[in-house]
Amino acid sequence: MTELSRIRNFSIVAHIDHGKSTLADRLIQLTGTVAERDMQDQILDAMDIERERGITIKANTVRIEYPARDGHTYILNLIDTPGHVDFAYEVSRSMQAVEGSLLVVDASQGVEAQTLANVYQAIDADHEIVPVLNKIDLPAAEPARVREQIEDVIGIDASDAVEISAKTGLGIPDVLEAIVTRLPAPKGDRDAPLKAMLVDSYYDPYLGVVVLIRVIDGVIRKGDRIRMMKTGGTYGIDRLGVFTPKMKDIAELGPGEMGFLTASIKQVRDTRVGDTITHEKKPTATPLPGFKPSQPVVFCGLFPVDANDFEDMRDAIEKLALNDASFTSEMETSAALGFGFRCGFLGLLHLEVIRDRLEREYDIDLITTAPSVIYHIYMRDGSMIELHNPADMPDLTHVDHLEEPRIKATILVPDEYLGDVLKLCQDRRGIQLDLTYAGSRAMVVYDLPLNEVVFDFYDRLKSVTKGYASFDYQMIGYRQDHLVKMQILVNDEPVDALSTMVHRDRAEARGRAMCEKLKELIPRHMFKIPIQAAIGGRIIARETLAALRKDVTAKCYGGDATRKRKLLEKQKAGKKKMRQFGKVEIPQSAFISALKMDG
Amino acid sequence: MTGPLRDTAASALGLYIHWPFCQAKCPYCDFNSHVAARIDMERWKIAYLSEIERVFSENPGRILTTVFFGGGTPSLMDPDLVAEILSALQTAAPQANDVEITLEANPSSVEIGRFRAFREAGVNRVSLGLQALNDDDLRRLGRMHSAAEGLQALTTARAVFDRVSFDLIYARQHQTPDDWAAELHRALAFEPDHLSLYQLTIEPGTVFQRRFDQNQLPGLPAEDPAADMFDLTQRICEAAGLPAYEVSNHARPGAESRHNLIYWRGGDYAGIGPGAHGRLTRDGIRHATETERIPEAWLSSVETRGSGETSITGLSRREEAEERVMMGLRLAEGISLSDIIAIDETEIDHAALAEMQALGLLHIDGDRMTTTPRGRPLLNAILAKLLA
Ligand SMILES: Nc1nc2c(ncn2[C@@H]2O[C@H](COP(=O)(O)OP(=O)(O)OP(=O)(O)O)[C@@H](O)[C@H]2O)c(=O)[nH]1
Ligand SMILES: C[S@@+](CC[C@H](N)C(=O)[O-])C[C@H]1O[C@@H](n2cnc3c(N)ncnc32)[C@H](O)[C@@H]1O
Ligand code: SF4
Ligand SMILES: [Mg+2]
Repeated sequence: MTELSRIRNFSIVAHIDHGKSTLADRLIQLTGTVAERDMQDQILDAMDIERERGITIKANTVRIEYPARDGHTYILNLIDTPGHVDFAYEVSRSMQAVEGSLLVVDASQGVEAQTLANVYQAIDADHEIVPVLNKIDLPAAEPARVREQIEDVIGIDASDAVEISAKTGLGIPDVLEAIVTRLPAPKGDRDAPLKAMLVDSYYDPYLGVVVLIRVIDGVIRKGDRIRMMKTGGTYGIDRLGVFTPKMKDIAELGPGEMGFLTASIKQVRDTRVGDTITHEKKPTATPLPGFKPSQPVVFCGLFPVDANDFEDMRDAIEKLALNDASFTSEMETSAALGFGFRCGFLGLLHLEVIRDRLEREYDIDLITTAPSVIYHIYMRDGSMIELHNPADMPDLTHVDHLEEPRIKATILVPDEYLGDVLKLCQDRRGIQLDLTYAGSRAMVVYDLPLNEVVFDFYDRLKSVTKGYASFDYQMIGYRQDHLVKMQILVNDEPVDALSTMVHRDRAEARGRAMCEKLKELIPRHMFKIPIQAAIGGRIIARETLAALRKDVTAKCYGGDATRKRKLLEKQKAGKKKMRQFGKVEIPQSAFISALKMDG
Repeated sequence: MTGPLRDTAASALGLYIHWPFCQAKCPYCDFNSHVAARIDMERWKIAYLSEIERVFSENPGRILTTVFFGGGTPSLMDPDLVAEILSALQTAAPQANDVEITLEANPSSVEIGRFRAFREAGVNRVSLGLQALNDDDLRRLGRMHSAAEGLQALTTARAVFDRVSFDLIYARQHQTPDDWAAELHRALAFEPDHLSLYQLTIEPGTVFQRRFDQNQLPGLPAEDPAADMFDLTQRICEAAGLPAYEVSNHARPGAESRHNLIYWRGGDYAGIGPGAHGRLTRDGIRHATETERIPEAWLSSVETRGSGETSITGLSRREEAEERVMMGLRLAEGISLSDIIAIDETEIDHAALAEMQALGLLHIDGDRMTTTPRGRPLLNAILAKLLA
């Protein structure tokens, strides 16, 4: 039990790669939270995928103890958040659980699109914000200029921003001191009925469902009977503890404190982020408002390569959804692919991460169908259908018109790349809304169709600006346009999983590009394979994948028989797992890659 | 194709003897070959002789029909060692009158005197690794000999042995189908009656593999030109009277390597020496044998345990059928369907077979199944489908 005045809860927010996780490392290290020999870079990025890609995907909470200059020891609960726009829901949820934010800005890069987006969210959450200028060890760092930029562009006071290098450790003691002196202590009533926020959860194969909580009022103890107010489930607490970042048991958590609990929760879907946890016997009268649900914007079908894995997949999806509230799923069946799920994501990176996690953490091979956004289809009878899957496009004779989702995109880019960015937005059917300057950087605001953005816009933007542009977006609504369903026929058979919605004026170029891409992506077979794009019954593009011509081992003598046989057996095992589209085997990666355009 | 089928009769046995040393390691080679500063010929002799005794006492009543000294570079063996081995074989097992005794030779390790000595020891067939007929390409392949030395070795070998074959590697860096056609015509002008023509393969674990992964092996032909080279190899050799009797082996009818045919026809063979494999039928079950791969380890295993063998495994019927199909379809003569069915009737996927017949990749004539000329270069893909 800790005095409220000796607690500080905060999130670390920033544009991607500005050094949040590295700052978290230093805070953990300087306070001796983790033994020196157990320390590693970005220690909180524990998932394989995070380490491989070098980015944070899941928000992570750590409790550290800090003996401050005023002679008191403080409990700090820090939440390291992801920077990529696809994981913005992690950030907004984290912010609900704490009272302040460290806003990290890379002093060599300055304010970027997610810096802005994060600040607005922090202000919305009534946070106290401490700006931190990172990477001042870099020769290109310009802290003075970035300070000015923060004041001009964001409009917050940066005069006492802390200058640090998370890499070298310079300035870290000042960050700790600023946390204690400038961020507010939490409020709460120890004697009120228990009110705790369900911040996050995940499934652990040994412990079952683990729930991350923030106590608002009251005290929670091991053995208590609790109720989840929205889902109604009641449980006895098996284990209560804090993350250091290892799990450490603790007897009780009081107001302002953060920690975890386990409670043999059988149904993982009974755990919902944003829910209020209270005592079964003496519940609070005022549950928390809950979190604003996230709105998935990209949808695709996920199917097990091996149909026998469907039940395992259902189980895996349920467990994963527990750890990622921004991902939705619902069962789907397809003629070619059997049983699977139609899943919703916040973006393509999010989709790739979820698919990777399902494959790795649950060992299931998946087929991913072409991603799509949600279209609104207005029927002649006046009704409206939400189309998540182009394969479900109704008969055109009943359709009056289609609307597609549009976004407002904010792009910050150095002057010299502005032309390329404008061209890219124009090519993607964008409408310019605004263009202003902040120093030598331009801020461009565009109204763009979401379906031109979700697949590869971010990659393209990075490549045309050599990585110097940053990008953020918000949904702004639906608008009518001339959209048509484009089908892809492989070996004369339509492959539903590759159907997409495209703008009529761009259908031919898209179709050609997709056929060319697929020709690269599908391996040669023993026969030649026509690959066609069609609208209605009309073929608009065609490529031919030549037949395989050579696949034979040159030398095969007595000593090679065993090796060769084992190789064949492996191939056969792979073949059994492979799903066929007619007579053609299409690699799993093709469904997403085919949509990534080079232009 | 004709050829002595009695080499695969139940009592017949081929013997493979592996010599694991070379003067230098070629960058493309994944054979069990090593470079050693000094080789104690006496120790090796004792070990080989001990293994011969072991193998033939474990497999009594077999008639030796072929012997193959492979490597490595067996032409680096002391001719005396070869002589002792062959004379030990005389006493260890009955031999067919027409026993075929082949030795692999490298052009750089050849002098006319050694060839005579090998012949006197009993070797009656030589397979010479020429690999390429121009110096630039030989250098790129990391070979120790020039083209002239290679041809000199060929002339010498032909003067000494009745049966001489040579190896070439094609689809090399910067080689076009025209280049290869010209080189092949030059090779055929020597009127060989047997040729092994291998497409260059980038084998895992070799120096070439490393270079390839680092994009430092430019100019390797893509699938289409490589396929063109395979096709023109078939055409040119056939016109010269040396059709392919196996994927990479060409011979005037009757001049095939009888030893290698044992592998492809599913006959029995024993393997002696480091890393040598064998297939031996005992009590109706086909067994796979393996030996210690590292030369030193093999030697000491023979010396201390009295055997270089590390495993002997009975193959299941399915595995046996699989090997028979996999090896047999490499041959122009193909396989006998009833033979396969007799081993394991479930092994062939008949729907896949029908599909590949329809595609013109496999051909069935009565009991025999063969690959068509279009199917031959696709054998791996065919096998992956055909084997259930
Ligand atoms: N030179 C220098 N590099 C730094 C500093 N802080 C972080 N970096 C480097 O910047 C890169 C990104 O750091 P992270 O800590 O992973 O950034 P992040 O903000 O957590 O990134 P996301 O979680 O993906 O948004 C890494 O290569 C760090 O080593 C610094 O102070 N100086
Ligand atoms: C055991 S090797 C050797 C004989 C002898 N040591 C020599 O190199 O001349 C048998 C033949 O396999 C062929 N060979 C070896 N490695 C190869 C590769 N990576 N690709 C194609 N052929 C290869 C060569 O033609 C070689 O002559
Ligand atoms: S000489 Fe022959 S066996 Fe030896 S390394 Fe070269 S190719 Fe391999
Ligand atoms: Mg991070």
